[in-house]
Amino acid sequence: MPERENILSNVRSALGRRGGQPVPEPPPVRIVVPEWSREERVRRFSQNFNGDTFVAPSQDEARRFVAGKLDGRDTVSSKESFLGELGLTDFPNVRLAPDDAGELRELCIEAGVGLTGATYAIADPGALVVLAGREEERLISLVPPRHIAVIPADRILTSLDELFTILPDPARESSSMVLIGGPSRTGDIEMTLTLGVHGPREVCVVIV
Amino acid sequence: MSTIFEQEIHVALSDLKLQKTITAATDRFSEKRRDVVAPDVLPEYQELRGHANRLKQHTLDHLDYYLETVEERIQSRGGHVVWCADAEAAVNAVVAISHEHGAKLAVKSKSMVSEEIHLNEALEANGIEPVETDLGEYIQQLARERPYHIVAPALHKTRGDVADLFVEKLGVERNEEPEELTQIARCVLREKFLHADMGISGANFVVAESGAVVLVENEGNIRMTTSAPRVHVAVAGIEKLIPRAADLAVFLKLLGRSGSGQPITSYTSFLSGPRREGEINGPEEFYLLLVDNGRTRILADDEKRQTLYCIRCGACANVCPVYRRIGGHTYPGTYSGPIGAILTPQFAGLGHEPALPFASSLCGACGEVCPVKIDIPRMLLALRRDIKKGETRENRWLPEKLAFQGWRWVIRHPWVFERAGFFAKAFLPSQDGDSWIRTGPVPLAPWTDTRDFPPPADRSFRQLWRSRRPKQ
Repeated sequence: MPERENILSNVRSALGRRGGQPVPEPPPVRIVVPEWSREERVRRFSQNFNGDTFVAPSQDEARRFVAGKLDGRDTVSSKESFLGELGLTDFPNVRLAPDDAGELRELCIEAGVGLTGATYAIADPGALVVLAGREEERLISLVPPRHIAVIPADRILTSLDELFTILPDPARESSSMVLIGGPSRTGDIEMTLTLGVHGPREVCVVIV
Repeated sequence: MSTIFEQEIHVALSDLKLQKTITAATDRFSEKRRDVVAPDVLPEYQELRGHANRLKQHTLDHLDYYLETVEERIQSRGGHVVWCADAEAAVNAVVAISHEHGAKLAVKSKSMVSEEIHLNEALEANGIEPVETDLGEYIQQLARERPYHIVAPALHKTRGDVADLFVEKLGVERNEEPEELTQIARCVLREKFLHADMGISGANFVVAESGAVVLVENEGNIRMTTSAPRVHVAVAGIEKLIPRAADLAVFLKLLGRSGSGQPITSYTSFLSGPRREGEINGPEEFYLLLVDNGRTRILADDEKRQTLYCIRCGACANVCPVYRRIGGHTYPGTYSGPIGAILTPQFAGLGHEPALPFASSLCGACGEVCPVKIDIPRMLLALRRDIKKGETRENRWLPEKLAFQGWRWVIRHPWVFERAGFFAKAFLPSQDGDSWIRTGPVPLAPWTDTRDFPPPADRSFRQLWRSRRPKQ
C-alpha cells in the first residue's frame, strides 16, 4: 500500500516525528456530572427534549397513553423487553420486528408508527440514546412518520458527560449509536422550520 | 489587475434580492448561536472552546499515531480503510468500490470533502448516479451549483427559486410552501434511499480509539444513507480525527450550537463499521476513506497548522462582514467565508487566488466565534505576508511599495504624522458642517465612487488625548 506509506511518511515529516514514537496522553476532558435526583432528571428531560414528552405515573397510565397515540395504526415495534412487560406489543396492529432485514424494512415503510425503547436518555441536552442490537434497531425510530419511545425513568442520565462516563466507548456495544434530539427537521428553504424531512415528523417520549 | 474573484464581488454586491436573502439568513444563524452560548445558558462555553482547541492541537500534533490507531480499530471490526493522497485517488477509490459491489445508484449525505474532490462528477462519468439527500444539497444538485454556505447549502435561494427549480427538474406543480416543497423532496428521495446500492457520507469526527465516524444532522438523511444501502462509504479528511469518544462531550456541545444554534441536533450517529451479529439492518460493508489532498502540506506549517482544527460549523461566515455582502459563490474553491479565505490559498497554493486573504476587514469577528479558537485574523495576516514575500521584484507594484515605504516613515515620526493629518484635512474638499465627502480627490476617488467618506473630525485624537489627560 504505497499511498498509506506515503501519507504516513508525509505526516511524520510534517510533524518531525518518527514511526512508533510514543504519544503523550491526550489532554483530559472536562467531565462534570451534575447530581440531579430522578425527579430533576425527568423534569429537565421533559423541558429540554425537542419533541413531545409524557410522564406516566404508572404502567397502566403509560399503556393507556400509548394506546391513544397508536390509535389502531399499523405499528412496528422493537424487541425492547420493557415494551413487552408493559403489554404494548399485545395491542392489535402492533408487529414485533422480524429477524429478516428485508422484511423489517418493508414493515417500517408501511407502518404509521415506530415503537421503541431507548438504551438511555439524556436530560441536558434532551436526547434519546439508541444502540442498535438485540433490542433496538436502526430503522424503526427513523422510517415511520411517528416515533414513540417508552422508557423507564431511571434510564434518564444527566448529561453527555455522564453518557460517556458510563459508555466510554460505544463502539464496543454496537455498530450504531444514535442520539435523537427531536423530530426530523430542516430549515434549508428560507430558514423556515419544516418537520418530517426524511425521518418522523413527530417524536413522543413516554417516561414511566 | 482584477481577478475573477474581484469581478464576482461586484456581481454579488449589485444583486439586491441576494443581499436581502443573505442578510436575513446569516442574521438568524448568528442570533440563534448567540442565544445558546450566552453566559447564563452555557457558563462553561469559553472553557469548552479551550478544551476543543487543545484536543485538536494534540491530535494533529500526533496525527500519525491516531491515523494508525483508527485504521487498526476499523479493520478489527471488518471495515476497510482506504488512504487517498489526493482528489484523484479518492474518487478512483469510490468508483472502484462501486464497481466491486455493482453499485449503480449512490445516495449521498452532505460532505464538504466530497465537494472538494468533485466526487459527483467522477461518479457520473463512470455510470454511477449520485443523489444528494440533504434538502439544501439536493436543491443545489438540481440547480447544478456548489454549496453556498458550509451549513446551509441553498441559503441564497428563496422559496420561489426552489419552486421554479422543482417545476423544471421534477415536473411537479408549482408550490411555494416550504412544507410542500420538503414533502416533494421526501417522496423523491425516499425512493432513492430504498433502491440505492451504496450510501456515501462525510464525517464530522473520526474517533480514533473507537474506529468510528460521527455524523451530526437534523433531517435524518444521514441515518438513511448510512443504514439503508448495503455498502457505506465514509469520506473524511485526515484532520477529522479526535482521540476518544469522551472527547465528544466537548465537541458535540460546541458544534450544534455554533452551526445552527441548537444545544443538540436532531440526530447524532456514532457508527463503527458494518452491522454486527444480532443487528438486523445496517450496511454489510463499511469503508473509511482517509483523504490527504493538501492537508499534510498545511500540517507541515507550524504557524498555520491550526487551520486544520476547523469543524466546519460555518459560524465564521455568518458574522463576517465580507461574506455577508459578497456571499458564498464569490469565493473560489469549495470553502467560503473566512475559513475559506485561509483554507483555499493553502490548498491551491499561494499563487492561486492571491486576492482572497486580502478580502477581509480584519475585524476579528470570525476568530471570536470560532468554537475551536482558530485565530483566523492572524492566519489571514500570515498569508498576506507570505503572498507579498512570494511576489517577484518585477510584479511588485512600485507605487504601492513606495506608498507603504512613505507610510512607514510617517508613522514612525509622531510630529510628521500629526502634521500629515492637518494637511490631509486641508486637501479634502471643504465641507459644510458634518456632511460626508461624496466626491473625493484622486487617491480617495475609488472609495467615494461607491460610498461616502466620513469628514475628518475637528480635533484629532492626539489633540483630544493631550487636552483630556489628567495633569501629572
